[in-house]
Amino acid sequence: MTPLDHSKCQTLLGSLSEYVDGTLSEELCEEIDRHIAECQNCHIVVDTLRKTISLYHESAAETGVVPAVVRERLFRTLNLDDYLQH
Amino acid sequence: MVENKTEISVEALRAGDREEFSRLVENYSGPIYRLALKMLGIPMEAEDVLQNTFLKAFKHLKEFEGRSSLSTWLYRIASNEALMILRKHRPETTFSDTEPEGDDNSGYSPAQFADWRHLPETEFLTSESQAAMDKAVQNLVESQRIVFILRDIEGLSIQETGQVLNLSEAAVKTRLLRARLHLREELSTYYGERLEKRRKE
Repeated sequence: MTPLDHSKCQTLLGSLSEYVDGTLSEELCEEIDRHIAECQNCHIVVDTLRKTISLYHESAAETGVVPAVVRERLFRTLNLDDYLQH
Repeated sequence: MVENKTEISVEALRAGDREEFSRLVENYSGPIYRLALKMLGIPMEAEDVLQNTFLKAFKHLKEFEGRSSLSTWLYRIASNEALMILRKHRPETTFSDTEPEGDDNSGYSPAQFADWRHLPETEFLTSESQAAMDKAVQNLVESQRIVFILRDIEGLSIQETGQVLNLSEAAVKTRLLRARLHLREELSTYYGERLEKRRKE
C-alpha cells in the first residue's frame, strides 16, 4: 500500500463545496472519495462540513417568520393597514 | 424563498394594484427579514431593511423589467440595504473590495477535527447553540456572509446568488467555499467543546 499523500488534503479543499453539493465532476468526486477513505481528518472535514450546512438550512425554517409587531409596523409604513389580516 | 406559492402578477403590481402589493409583502417579508437579521444581527436594523426594501420596491416597480425574477429583484434591494447599513454603522468591517479574489485556498487549512456530528439532536436545538451559529455567521467577512446567507440559508442557486449580487458564478463559489469552511471551523470549536464536556460528565 502506498503511503497517504497529504499534499492532496490542501488541493482537494478547493473542491469540497461542490463535492458536498453534488455538482463536482465524476472524476474529481472519485478522487475525493478515494482520498477520504484513507485520510481520517479529511473525512471528518467533509462530514462536519455537510452537517454545518444542514444545520444552517434547518435553522432557516425556524426563523422565517416576521414577529407580529414588526409585521404590523411594516404594513402601516406601506399604507397597507387595510390588508393587515391575522 | 416564496412562502406562499401563489404566483404574483407583475402586471397587477405595475398597475398599482394594492392588494397584489400586499400579497407580495406577505409572501416575501419572512425571507427578507431573515436575511437582514442574519446579516446584521440586530432586530431594529433588520426591521429598517425590511421596511426600506418594500418602500423601494414600491417606488421602483415601474422600472422592474422582469429580466430577473421578483424574488431575485427583492433580494437585491434587501442585500444592498443591509450592506449599506453595515458600511454606515460598522465601517471597521472588512468589505468585499478588500477581499482577495481567486480560488486559491492556500491561506487556509482546517484546524478542528472533532467529529461532533453525532451529538444528541437536543444539543443543536438549544438557544445557546443557535446563538453560537448566528454569531459565527456574523463573524464572516461581509462579502462571504451575504453569499452564504443567500445560498445556504435562503436556498438560492449559485446562479441566482450571482444575479442578486452581480457576481460571476466563480466568485460566488469561491466566497461560498470560504464561508462554509470558516463556519465549519467555528462550529467544530463550539460543538467540539460540547462533545468534550459530555465525555467528561
